[in-house]
Formats: sequence, C-alpha cells, structure tokens
Amino acid sequence: MRKLGGIKLSHHKNTENCKSVSLPLPAKVRIPMSMHIGAPCEPLVKKGDTVTVGQKIGDTEAFMSAPIHSSVSGKVTAIADYRLSNGRTCKIVEIQTDGEQSVCPDVKPPEVNDKAGFLKAVRESGLVGMGGASFPAHVKLAPKQEVDTLCINAAECEPYITSDYRQMVEAPEEVIDGVLQVMKYLSIPKCVIGIESNKPEAIRILTEKAKAHSGITVHTLPCTYPQGAEKVLIYNTLGRIVMEGQLPADQGAIVMNVSSVAFISRYLKTGMPMISRMVTVDGDDVIGKRCNAVVPVGTPVKDVLAFAECDMERAERLLYGGPMMGVSISDAEDPVIKANNAILAFKKFPSKEASQKASACIHCGRCISACPLNLMPPDICRAYAAKDTDSLNKLKVMLCMNCGCCTYACPAKRPVAETNQFAKVLVMAEGKK
Amino acid sequence: MGLLTVSPSPHIRSAMTTQKIMLMVVLALVPAIISGTIFFGPRALFLVVFCAVVSMFTELVCRALMKKEGTISDGSAMLTGVLLALNLPVTLPLWQAAIGCIFAIAVVKQLFGGLGCNFANPAITGRIFLLLSVGSDMTAWVKPFYYLDAPALGLFETTGSQALDGLTGATPLASGDAGLMELFIGNVGGSIGETSALAILIGGIFLIAAKLIHPSTPAAYLGSLAALTFVQVLVTGGEMTEVLYALLSGGVMLGAFFMATDYVTTPITVKGKIIFGIGCGILTFVIREFASMPEGCSFSILLMNLLTPYIDKFTRTTPVGAKKEKKEAAK
Repeated sequence: MRKLGGIKLSHHKNTENCKSVSLPLPAKVRIPMSMHIGAPCEPLVKKGDTVTVGQKIGDTEAFMSAPIHSSVSGKVTAIADYRLSNGRTCKIVEIQTDGEQSVCPDVKPPEVNDKAGFLKAVRESGLVGMGGASFPAHVKLAPKQEVDTLCINAAECEPYITSDYRQMVEAPEEVIDGVLQVMKYLSIPKCVIGIESNKPEAIRILTEKAKAHSGITVHTLPCTYPQGAEKVLIYNTLGRIVMEGQLPADQGAIVMNVSSVAFISRYLKTGMPMISRMVTVDGDDVIGKRCNAVVPVGTPVKDVLAFAECDMERAERLLYGGPMMGVSISDAEDPVIKANNAILAFKKFPSKEASQKASACIHCGRCISACPLNLMPPDICRAYAAKDTDSLNKLKVMLCMNCGCCTYACPAKRPVAETNQFAKVLVMAEGKK
Repeated sequence: MGLLTVSPSPHIRSAMTTQKIMLMVVLALVPAIISGTIFFGPRALFLVVFCAVVSMFTELVCRALMKKEGTISDGSAMLTGVLLALNLPVTLPLWQAAIGCIFAIAVVKQLFGGLGCNFANPAITGRIFLLLSVGSDMTAWVKPFYYLDAPALGLFETTGSQALDGLTGATPLASGDAGLMELFIGNVGGSIGETSALAILIGGIFLIAAKLIHPSTPAAYLGSLAALTFVQVLVTGGEMTEVLYALLSGGVMLGAFFMATDYVTTPITVKGKIIFGIGCGILTFVIREFASMPEGCSFSILLMNLLTPYIDKFTRTTPVGAKKEKKEAAK
C-alpha cells in the first residue's frame, strides 16, 4: 500500500536524550480560560481569592469545552482580557504563587465504573488533545458512531519536538495503561500505536510492553512529515480514508495523542487534573541548555526560556510548537498552555531560505507532490486570486490542513499554504451568505 | 529584549530555490556544450556564452523598461540563452543569434509577464523564429571537426555559411546515412548541442537523479516516437535500426530532456506530462514523415505548449478523501 506523506525534513531531535526535568516554580502564572477548541470557560475565582493546586478555576456549561484548573497554589491577583493566537479574546486568571504548592482537597482518584463515569472523569480532568489541536478529550471519546480502533498518535513528526518521545521511553507503562483504560471503558477491541521510524527506542519499548496485551500493535511509520496528521495517520496505519466532512469516528477510529492517553492513566490513579505538561525547549544557538521541562500550565514563556538559558537579547523568533505548524509567540510573557508541546527560540528564521522574497511561480509542481492529500495549490492560488469560490470548492481547498508542506517545498518561496488558508476563509464566508 | 518577529507557519523552507534549479539545468547542459565545442570548434562555446549574455541583457532592459523588479539573478534568462545557442548551427552570424535571443526573451517571455507567465518555451520559439526568418543560415550544417581541415570561422564572422562552401552537408536526419554509433557520440552535422545523444543523456540522467525533471516526459516522448517508427518499419518493411535512428538523429534527444521538461510551459501533473510527451512524439513523427520540413521536434513542442493549459485542466489530481462530483456520482 502506498503511504501518504509529504516531505522529508531534518529531524533536529536534539533533545531526544534530555530526561524530563521539572521547571522551578514560577513567581506567577497566567492561565487563559480557553486552551481548547470550543467554548471558553468562565472564571470560577475572583481577584483576591486563594487557590490551591488542582483547584478548578474555570468551567462552562457548554459541551464542547474543558474545565481549567490552577497549576499552583497562591493568590489570584488579576482577571484580565487576553488575546489568543487565533485572534479571539478570553479571560485570563493571574495567580501569584505562594511557594507552598498545597494541593486542593478535591484532588482524589475518580471513581470510575462504566463508560459514563469514565467520560465524566475525563471531562473533569480538563484533558485536551496534547498534540497541538487541543480538542476536548471527553468529546472525542464520546462518538455516536461505532468505533473499532483506537489510533495512538506517537508520530511526533515535527522537527525538534521530543516531549512525546520522552513520555514513551520514560513511562511507557503509562501509555499502555492509558490505552487499556480507553479500550476498556469505550469497548474498543483494537489499538494501533503509530510511531515514526526515527524513534527506534520508543518502537522497541512499546512493542515489548504491548506484547502482554492482545489487541495493541505498534506500527512503524515512514519519516515523511506529516505522519501525525490525523487523516495521514489513519490511512497509513489502518488503510482507511477519512472522507471530506467526516470525522475519524466515521471510519471507526478515534485518534489520540500518546501523551494524552498517558495523562488519562495518571489521572485515574491520582486525580490530579491537567495542570502541567512536558515541553521541549529547543531552537538554535540562542538556547544555552536545551531540555524537556515539565512546566505548570500558565507559566510565562520567558520563565521557561530562562530555565533553558536562552539569550533573550538575540532571540528574535519564538514558537509554540514545531517549525512546520507552530504558532509565533508575539510576547514572551504569554503563558504555556495545555497543548503546548514545545517552545522554540531562534535568532532569525529557523532556515535562511525562509527569509527570501517570494518570486514568480514557475509551475514546477513541487507543492503538488509535497501535498499529503494531493491538492493542487497553484490552481487554488489562481482561483483565490479570481475570488472564484466554485473552483475553490471543486479543488477541495477545505481539505487543506495547513501542514505547510507546499510552502516548504516551493522553490520560489511563495506563501502557498498561507494562500490556501485565505482561500478557506473566503469559501467559509461564501458558505455563510 | 527587542521586538519579536512573528509570521504564519510554516517557519522553515526547503533549500531549493528557483535560481538553484536554473543553474542546475545549465550544469546539466555542460556535457552538451563540451561535445558541441569538440565537434564544432571554439566558436560553438563562444556562441553559447554570447547567447547567454544577450539573453540576460535583454531581460535586464525589458524589466527596467517595464519598471519591474530585476530578475536576472533567477538564472532563467541565462538558461534560455544557453538552450537557444545549443539549437543553432555553429556557423550562424552573431547578429542573427542575437535577434533570436532578443525575440525569445523580449517577445515570448517578458511581453507575457516574465518567468512563469509565458505560454511557449522561449528557446524553442526563438529557434523557430530564426528558422522562419533566416532559414538558409539556420540549416547550414558544417561537418564535425571542419575547423581542423579548413581555416575556422572567425568568432565574429557575419557572412555565415557562405564562407564555408564545400564544408556543409545535410543532417543525418535528412540524409539518413550516418552510423548509429556516430549518432550516439554526436560525430555528425547538426546544431551545436543536439548531435551528441550521449552528452544529452548524461545531462538528462543528472536532471532525473536530482529530481529536477520527472522521467515521464522524456519516456513518453521518446517512447511514443519509437513506437510509431516501429509500426512504420513493420508496415513498410525496413530495418529495426531505423527506430534507434529516429531517436538519435535530429533534435529529439535535446527536446525530450531539456525542452519538453520546461516547468512553465508543460503540464504540472505526471499524468499531464505523459500526455504531453506522447503528443510531442506523435507530432514529431507526423511532421517528419508528412510535412515539408525534415525536423519536427521544435514545432511539436511548441504546439503542445499551446495545449498545456487544457491538459492541466483535465489532469487535475484527485485529493485524498474528496467526494466525487455530483455528475459522476449520478452515473
């Protein structure tokens, strides 16, 4: 079977042997009320309140959401407006830490006996997809469709990031246990763990651990970015095509990030909600001590970078996540959020070619061969220039997942994927009319 | 700490640039330039350099006149000049070569908007322009190594082929009397860069290995031409070596590897490239057999250039997970 894939990238997995270390407690944290796709939470605390570790500080009635907990103990010093990277605003709770880290009395292992109890526990844990998409886990785990396979995304296909890898090699039993819990409560008979071939150690360890359990297999994926893209992963591990407009569950699969299932295992044992996560801190030579740090949610990016001995005078570009799909950080005071698997710092563009000016399209077709979904960016670009939404729909622009392969491959350094996003906005605006 | 720079993802780019692509294609033409220089003397090399310089100068002037950003550095004008020179007879007067370059760059390329916007291959169209305007000088073919026996043509000679009375002859494609080995090595009369199949193959394989061109175009072009010649041999009862002869003589090798693979003027998908190649093969065969001129390679590629937008339209890829259009679903 032909595998889907886009491009070969340099891996830069510089931190793969960096054992996870805990970040020193920051002086203050700022916790946004929206760290997930869906409705933002309302703050449950007010200025001057004292909060403890694991205390719920934000929630909402909305189904498509996930509650938010305090990652520290201390005093709420402000509740302000905060602009998210997608341009929307939400409330942000600022907490001055008291250094005690006293744990909230509500934090205790949840009682789970059935599927409903499991889903309730997952919701209460505040878990969102930890791979970057930040989809509320309790929503994902409650599909209406019949699901026969749990697909674990352990591809970690973005360069630099190794936080999933460290989870797999440091605590593989958490991964397997999390998988078993999900399979048990959701009555899913099969599980495939997809790992890129550049992580032989993780493949070896998990294959070994999975032997004892029937139904769990480890699938080695090729090292072509973006193996971790949901549709690519499902096709390459299960041979199923998620059609346009469909969810993975329509093809009988649920995809979960490997760190997310490991979190479920920890939560069911301890009841400690999602208040910290492992973050790969890397970049170019502005980073003095690259590392994998366990960071309390809400920690300012600059504290994390200071821990990694980043030369802030020279750092000009900061990223949440990897260089392919990561989001630029505009302010080093911005907080680390739940889906934040890496913070990267560079003195300039991560590759010097990225700073070149765009020139004319030479029709070379590299963007088409690079697209994991076989879209045709040059035609999309032309249709977008003509504001021709009919053609854009025929060209299936809405399938574009902004993986960035086309922009990466373009020799004329044109903003190819970026144009696709504009085209998608145009199509959506047209659809609303 | 200074201000941070933000940009949409992706934040990294591949090392490949338009300029690198163009320079690598020129590099792939070096074997053909060397073979041309060996067989046709130093004037061949001079003509290549001359055409490259004139093309780049024309590009510079055009962009300046149009008050557009300069584009010489992308290397495409140089490539056009080199390709055009390799399609010229070594005896062509310089002023004629210069006109060919100016036509290729100014009319075929820049008037349509420059790199990426031209619908026809500038080098091929420049060659056809010269063929139609100065036909006798464009079809004066000196024999290989003529420059060893007779006083070589001066670099700046303007009289053209008249100065070389008695040294010229028909190309093997017209005469049909060259040995296959001679044709393969390139030891026959013809344009500077088209005679040596060996030199072109070296360059072509380099382009394929470096993933600069897709092998489907030359394979479809040469394959369809060979197939048609094969059928012809079956029907008329000739020798099977004629199939090889058809591939090695004339400008087909240069055309198939370097002209029919031009990104801008040929289809973008593999399916489209195959259709394009087959079209070129059929047209070349038809022109060679039934038209009034001996060689049809340039014309076939130009004609297929014109069809490229339509081929592109009908050979779009099917995105993964795309639902079929309603029309097809109703079937």
